[in-house]
Amino acid sequence: MTIAPPLAPGATPRRRRPRGTGTTSLTRSSGLGLGIALTWFSLLVLIPLCLVVIQSIDGGWATFRETLTDPQTAAALRLTVTQALLVTAINVVMGTLIAWVLVRDDFRGKRLLEVVIDIPFALPTIVAGLVLLSLYGPESPLGVNVANTERSVFLALLFVTLPFVVRTVQPVLMELDRDVEEAAASLGASRFTTLRRIVLPSLAPAITAGAALSFARGISEYGSLVLLSGNLPLKTEVASVRILTYIENGNEAAAASVATILLVVALAAIVLLQIVSRWVARRG
Amino acid sequence: MASRLAPPRTAGTYVRRLVVVVYLFLLVIWPVALVVQKTFEGGLDNLQTALSDPVVTDALQLTVVVALWAVAINTVFGVGISLLLVRYEFPGRGVLSALIDLPLSVSPVVVGLALLLAYGGTNGTFGPALEDAGLQIAFATPGIVMATAFVSLPLVIREIVPVLQEIGTEQEQAATSLGAGPWQTFRRITLPSIKWALVYGVVLSLARALGEFGAVKIVSGNIAQQTQTATLVVEQKYQDFEKGSAYATSFLLALIAVAALVVVTILRPKDDTDGH
Repeated sequence: MTIAPPLAPGATPRRRRPRGTGTTSLTRSSGLGLGIALTWFSLLVLIPLCLVVIQSIDGGWATFRETLTDPQTAAALRLTVTQALLVTAINVVMGTLIAWVLVRDDFRGKRLLEVVIDIPFALPTIVAGLVLLSLYGPESPLGVNVANTERSVFLALLFVTLPFVVRTVQPVLMELDRDVEEAAASLGASRFTTLRRIVLPSLAPAITAGAALSFARGISEYGSLVLLSGNLPLKTEVASVRILTYIENGNEAAAASVATILLVVALAAIVLLQIVSRWVARRG
Repeated sequence: MASRLAPPRTAGTYVRRLVVVVYLFLLVIWPVALVVQKTFEGGLDNLQTALSDPVVTDALQLTVVVALWAVAINTVFGVGISLLLVRYEFPGRGVLSALIDLPLSVSPVVVGLALLLAYGGTNGTFGPALEDAGLQIAFATPGIVMATAFVSLPLVIREIVPVLQEIGTEQEQAATSLGAGPWQTFRRITLPSIKWALVYGVVLSLARALGEFGAVKIVSGNIAQQTQTATLVVEQKYQDFEKGSAYATSFLLALIAVAALVVVTILRPKDDTDGH
């Protein structure tokens, strides 16, 4: 099963398009369908998101600058980006390792692990927070209490972003031809050289794509942090919580400014994802 | 798939396996097990308390209604837009294909803010006009449905598009040339081949819809027994020190989500991704 969606639509690398995929120009009924779909998509997604951007620059750059130089907001943004980067780095290593074990190894209970990988994606985020609190909170049977510390943000992000790298790397690893590795080995390449020269280059695009998704999810996380991090200003407060506070105080312009920053970062991640997918498609 | 000749197992194999199992055990398995354990600490008391609390039952009911609406909308929209994206040529197709993914990367809080700016009753761009016409969106069920539909929008599309690309158009063209209408072609040819991708997409959307928290918290106003969904109840009960009810409600939500996933994993024919 492939859950957290490996690649963007329009890009299915490593699978050649069958010849019969002819596209046609719009007929009258499909044109009508497209019109309806675009209207709904605009009303639901595009217009509201544009309004956020408009709201953020409505009061000129002054509001924008003021919001971002506010020490509490700046601290929140810094914490969010740092922790998301840190978690993404861990995911790159652990996600690839997990994918490797799921594809190349075989043992009892492996199918259970497959389901376990998807749990963070299926679990409501507020429940994810509660779940982590039970092992790493005040009543921890391990005696590890990270609640209300920076570590709790790290932990929550690590939990919710677990599936991304695993699920993007796994399918690529499955299609990887093992003959090439064997050939390299028979020609005297050490296991490390084979890994570095043969395996990693083929996995790199998938790892990058997973990392981008994981980072985008990390900077936007909210639900799992609510119960776990305590939302302490300057300490454990993330950007999403900051936006919520601004909304609750009726300062929609400031909320929109922080939201715009998050949107820009998320968009950058998507663009990166598209570029990477195209690059893979060209190579494949 | 390619397990013709399993490579020899070395010490590294076992080290890697151990690291992965321990990591997943500490990060996912143990914490989830603890919540289940805490739910059933006093037998079925927690579940009974929660299910006899009208705040919880109303919220669960609202969550189910909202999730079904959102999933229905996303299914129709998703199938339609996937067909358009794969089968038709029109200006802006590439841009649309990229934009479709946007909701996955937008913070739920930003989703809530965006919908509020558009449909808020007093300051929203369209809100006041719509309320004059008798349609309240923010702080009411339509707003919650929209927030939920927003966050789960790409899930059906992402599952269907690759399958549509894979199957090509030959069969559809054959059906059309034999005199089948568009609807008949879709129902007899296209739908059967995208069936599993569709089911999977729907289940993912359902899991996501049942669990949405941030966007709904902002758009719904979080009014108990009116616009409070199940995830919002979990937060409230936990903060009100009714932890038993919080655990029980969490357990129910998690149960539905995980059960749906497991069922689909079992039902789905294992041709493409699973290695065996």
